[in-house]
Amino acid sequence: MKSTFAWKDHTSRRLLKDKAVLVGVVVLSLITISPIVLIISKLVVEGYQQISLDFLIENTPDTFEAMTAVANGENIPGGIANGIVGTLLMVVLASAIAIPIGVLTGIYLYENQGKFMANLTRNISDILQGVPSIVLGLISYLWVVKHITNGFSALAGSVSLAIMMLPMIVRSTEETLKMIPQTLKEAALALGVPYHKVILKVLVPTGFSGLSTGILLGISRILGETAPLLLTALGSSIINLDITQPTSAVPLLIWEFYNDPNMIGLIWSSSLLLMAIVLILNIVSKQIAGKRN
Amino acid sequence: MTNTIAEVKKPILSLKDLSIAYDKKYAVKNVSVEIKKNTVTAIMGPSGCGKSTLLRALNRMHELYENISTEGEAFLNGKNIYDMSPIKLRRHMGMVFQRPNPFPTMSIYDNVIAGYKLNGIRTKKKERDEIVERSLRDVALWDEVKDSLFKKGTFLSGGQQQRLCIARALAFSPEVILMDEPTSALDPVATSKVEDLLVKLKENYTIVLVTHNMSQAARISDYSLFMYLGELVEYGKTKNMFTNPIDPRTEEYLTGKFG
Ligand SMILES: Nc1ncnc2c1ncn2[C@@H]1O[C@H](COP(=O)(O)OP(=O)(O)OP(=O)(O)O)[C@@H](O)[C@H]1O
Ligand SMILES: [Mg+2]
Repeated sequence: MKSTFAWKDHTSRRLLKDKAVLVGVVVLSLITISPIVLIISKLVVEGYQQISLDFLIENTPDTFEAMTAVANGENIPGGIANGIVGTLLMVVLASAIAIPIGVLTGIYLYENQGKFMANLTRNISDILQGVPSIVLGLISYLWVVKHITNGFSALAGSVSLAIMMLPMIVRSTEETLKMIPQTLKEAALALGVPYHKVILKVLVPTGFSGLSTGILLGISRILGETAPLLLTALGSSIINLDITQPTSAVPLLIWEFYNDPNMIGLIWSSSLLLMAIVLILNIVSKQIAGKRN
Repeated sequence: MTNTIAEVKKPILSLKDLSIAYDKKYAVKNVSVEIKKNTVTAIMGPSGCGKSTLLRALNRMHELYENISTEGEAFLNGKNIYDMSPIKLRRHMGMVFQRPNPFPTMSIYDNVIAGYKLNGIRTKKKERDEIVERSLRDVALWDEVKDSLFKKGTFLSGGQQQRLCIARALAFSPEVILMDEPTSALDPVATSKVEDLLVKLKENYTIVLVTHNMSQAARISDYSLFMYLGELVEYGKTKNMFTNPIDPRTEEYLTGKFG
């Protein structure tokens, strides 16, 4: 009789323990997801009124227009088209620089597993990933702003962003290729296909989803970068398509709005847009990665 | 006649003192053999005796490994294969692997024609259609897939995939088809289909087949090689080898004493 009681006692204590653990897990998960929920709800609540077609196709207003609108209790006129176009321009240019170099480097690492130069390259690429973005901005300032475009420019911004993307693309290319079974490579070689064609026509297409996941994550990483752009692209109040000229970008605009009391209203809508694009890119890359498995 | 050289007139393949070493450790030692056209020749022997290494040396796939060294000679129709470009050689020597390995990004149609596509060999559409149909008919897959040629090859069953891989090798009309345990990943039904196929294919092709399965060798091969520790122990007509092996090691292997 006594032992039965003791046993029961034990069970209830264990159940209690289980419950405590469960509650702990739930609380911790809530803490983990709460920042993102808070951020998104804040952005939506504060930013949605400003979002309109004008917001997407008009350039930033000058501070006087904004002040008048705020004084009359209206929406701030104008939009961030100069920033959207600038971001697109620099992301496309940065990708055009980083993707070929990154993919080729990843292929090189995959092909030379265990060799000294490959290990060195891989380690340097990993170190590059840890370099603060402001430093990359400084480097691009020295290389491009001072010597190539002789002034702040979209090209300089793109170079700093490209260096940021590079290590992610290198890594994901190598990891993706490593996951492709050796037998596929052999199948192609046994058909008399020369080695470079095996890589370009069999391995790269087979690993396409992995490669594109890495590239999309790289892009979503650089979309919000501000610090290096302050030192390189500088900003512009109009749409600029000349890569040798100063150019705006959405995160640069957010920084500018923050520094202008009249423009505060545009911070939230611009952030909302940026956040939405980053989220979509992340979801798309997860989808692609999911399809592979 | 020595017990390792079968009498073969006009061999399609002949190996002379072929030795292959990984890091100076010999995996194939002084193998001399002449392989007859339009036959199925089986390579047998216990695990690790060098069967795959020998097979891969025939289309120079073994050169993909590092630290490999090759001595001796091998001739395809009298031409030294080690003087040819491996790329050209491989178009004359189709290869089928242990596990079916269709290209996962390609349709059934593109898998069959892959040798042309990947090599950038231009062909007219009509010609391509003919090659695909002929190759798929050759492997008795045409009727099963003719309505889904543009679906991914990876949706087929394992046995169908392996026949697709054989069709891919046949598309170039190679002279020799090298197969490394092509049925070891297949179920008995798929295996017997592939075996029937090989017997039929030897009318037009020469097949060299590595197999662990002695009854398979007995069923479908005309000639057999028995290897042990990298050496060619015995080579002859399969019927003779199975009924009356000359070397005691062959007999022990065939009666299941080792391997
Ligand atoms: N890539 C390699 N590097 C070094 N040694 C190797 C390599 N491949 C095979 N060997 C060695 O060469 C010998 C022959 O190997 P091989 O694969 O040709 O044997 P096999 O007869 O095909 O065996 P199995 O029946 O198990 O497939 C073995 O001793 C093996 O350890
Ligand atoms: Mg083997």
